[in-house]
Amino acid sequence: MKEILSGNEAIARGAYEAGCRVACAYPGTPSTEILENVVNYNEINSSWAPNEKVALEVAIGASFGGGRALCTMKHVGVNVAADPLFTLSYTGVNAGLVLVVADDPEMHSSQNEQDSRNYAKFAKVPMLEPSNSQECKAFTRLAFELSEQYDTPVLLRSTTRISHSKSIVQLEEPVTGLPEPRLIRNASKLVMLPGNARVRHPLVEERISKLSKDGATMAINRLEMRDSAIGIITSGVCYQYVREVLPTASILKLGMVHPLPHDLIREFAAKVKALYVVEELDPFIEEQIKAMGISVIGKQIMSICGELTPERIQKAFASIGVATAPAVAQPEESPAKLPPRPPNMCPGCPHRGVFYTLNQLKAYVTGDIGCYTLGFMPPLSAMDTCVCMGASVGMATGVTKVVSSEEQKKVVGVIGDSTFLHTGINGLMDMVYNQSPATLIILDNSITAMTGRQDNPASGYTLMDDPSHRIDLPLLCKAVGVKHIRVINPFDLEETRRILQEEMNRPEPSVIITDKPCVLIKREGVFEKGIVLEVSEDTCTGCRACLKIGCPAIEWRPEGEGSKKGKAYIDPFLCTGCDVCSQLCKFNAIRRSK
Amino acid sequence: MSEQITNILLVGVGGQGILLASEILSETFMLAGFDVKKSEIHGMSQRGGSVVSHVRYGKEVFSPIVPEGEGDILFGFELMETSRYLSLLKPEGAVIVNDLRIPPPSVLMGQVAYPDGLADQIRNRFPDFLLVDGQKLATEAGNPRAANTVLLGAVSKRLDVAEEFWIKALEKMVPAKALEINRKAFIMGRAL
Repeated sequence: MKEILSGNEAIARGAYEAGCRVACAYPGTPSTEILENVVNYNEINSSWAPNEKVALEVAIGASFGGGRALCTMKHVGVNVAADPLFTLSYTGVNAGLVLVVADDPEMHSSQNEQDSRNYAKFAKVPMLEPSNSQECKAFTRLAFELSEQYDTPVLLRSTTRISHSKSIVQLEEPVTGLPEPRLIRNASKLVMLPGNARVRHPLVEERISKLSKDGATMAINRLEMRDSAIGIITSGVCYQYVREVLPTASILKLGMVHPLPHDLIREFAAKVKALYVVEELDPFIEEQIKAMGISVIGKQIMSICGELTPERIQKAFASIGVATAPAVAQPEESPAKLPPRPPNMCPGCPHRGVFYTLNQLKAYVTGDIGCYTLGFMPPLSAMDTCVCMGASVGMATGVTKVVSSEEQKKVVGVIGDSTFLHTGINGLMDMVYNQSPATLIILDNSITAMTGRQDNPASGYTLMDDPSHRIDLPLLCKAVGVKHIRVINPFDLEETRRILQEEMNRPEPSVIITDKPCVLIKREGVFEKGIVLEVSEDTCTGCRACLKIGCPAIEWRPEGEGSKKGKAYIDPFLCTGCDVCSQLCKFNAIRRSK
Repeated sequence: MSEQITNILLVGVGGQGILLASEILSETFMLAGFDVKKSEIHGMSQRGGSVVSHVRYGKEVFSPIVPEGEGDILFGFELMETSRYLSLLKPEGAVIVNDLRIPPPSVLMGQVAYPDGLADQIRNRFPDFLLVDGQKLATEAGNPRAANTVLLGAVSKRLDVAEEFWIKALEKMVPAKALEINRKAFIMGRAL
């Protein structure tokens, strides 16, 4: 049977067909939909972990217990999971373990564009890289087999264009006859104390050499001989772009990007007149080929920054006379003239009033990763730093260590519920332990919103939709030692401002928790639309105060074309009745509709 | 670049149903026996940002994204976003756009006006232009929310794929209770 699947859906299908027993992840674009699809296969125990490190540790345990295990994350998630990954490389597995890492070249939805292939080399584990959805499925199945065959975790690398592109996939039946999981004791292999680890390390080196040698005959590393004037070594989505742009070129398509099959590369290099590498981000393959003493062109004509596209590859080869230049589009109407359309917080978003208030109080806001990072955008413009998951808390502490006691009062960390439980909690321990005077706001909207509403340990449900314990955030903060914990209604601007001001002035650690849910939560009884607001045209003076919160439901309507005068209008379909705007109106012109 | 590939771009604002429309297109082409690929960016674009989805079909499709200047059809869900992505089209490309204006933040805040005369500008550059009052026709079909399906009908008329495959794809992708209205909306669009 054929189906059109995204790369992520196909990876989920591949795990199912491979007889995977356990799948665990922390959501992150572009990897999130893998687990959201795995959960549809009842044979697999699927769960969201509080962070990527825990997710990998759960998968490791499942593998040690003899069940095939899948773990998925975005590229930066591997930074969090790197600690178990590097030692897992030494222990190896009992049942197959596959770690999917989804890179985001061009940073469509990420804070950096690190190249995860470096992790494969660094941790000395094999990495496969599919080039379409069919390969996503097939390579996932193969990755489980290789994992057991070579006693190693296997990385599967995707990129945004693979994860979020759809193509046709041939479905197959799941494998049968895998051994039943059971407790397997093998301490010299699984207890990584120095004495045991010293024994394991040489095995890791042997394994990677053997994989490199065996790579020459693996079907996923494929020579496609056409015109021998141009030879291109490539992998992933770049393979598809090269086929599109240079249809006559000979290609060495790598399905395994680490370790490289040196023998096959030498064979290919000898067959072609000029050798090129087309790879996104780092010169990962190129540098290794150069180290083999083979001359090759790569980053000299293609950027390390951003993703590659068919045009960018064509331009690169045109620049050295190997391809014709792409037809230059002549935009008559420059798109630059059009107003931009950046993403925005939703109407009724509980974060909006908090950022408006932070802006009013001129707070120095150390930010974090989530929807609320949009608080950086005008007109809210209330975020000063954002580095990685959980960093808001540590950064707030750090800033207060160096600035004057007057400036310390301005320092506020802002973090979501899911991000707080991911890695923010450790920062809070430090904030209390080392007595930082900073204030932390936990924007608890009861969901991991930015990645598309995933449950987390504070939402009360699991990935498999079972009701579960909901972490009591105020109690957790109390247990950590925070003495001043305030739970506020973020739609009440007066209360929000008063409490924020009080806690900012306090020369001790304090936590403010907002407790209104994300408007996108569909689960019954969580978010309910209130009474829609409307602007009284007679009373509205056109002062524009309500526009300062940047709500997509509020529109400025000029009196006539080019007129500076006008009135506000509220779209009744978009308005959720959160009532923040009416608190900004000094003329009582915004009221609940009848 | 590949000549037997047909390239369709769907553009609009996050939340408008662009992903579902591109799924229906892809499903149709697969049912009709073509190779098909589609690609778009999720993530930040879901929060009311600008969205582009690429759908390509033919005998064998390699790249999942349409090379710039190679688009055959620009399927616009909103006027300004349609203007923004015109450079993706071939000079002889067709533009089919819903007559809808969704103000971006700077317009909502009264800093700039929503650009005037966009439909005429697009028509001047791409004579193969169809402006569709999707909401009005969908209301006639039974539900204004079926506007995208009216547009899909108009797009389908320009593609060499039999009606039965479109209907089959709709039957698979649209919830049963909304199917009849969507089928009607599709036929209305196809008649434009």
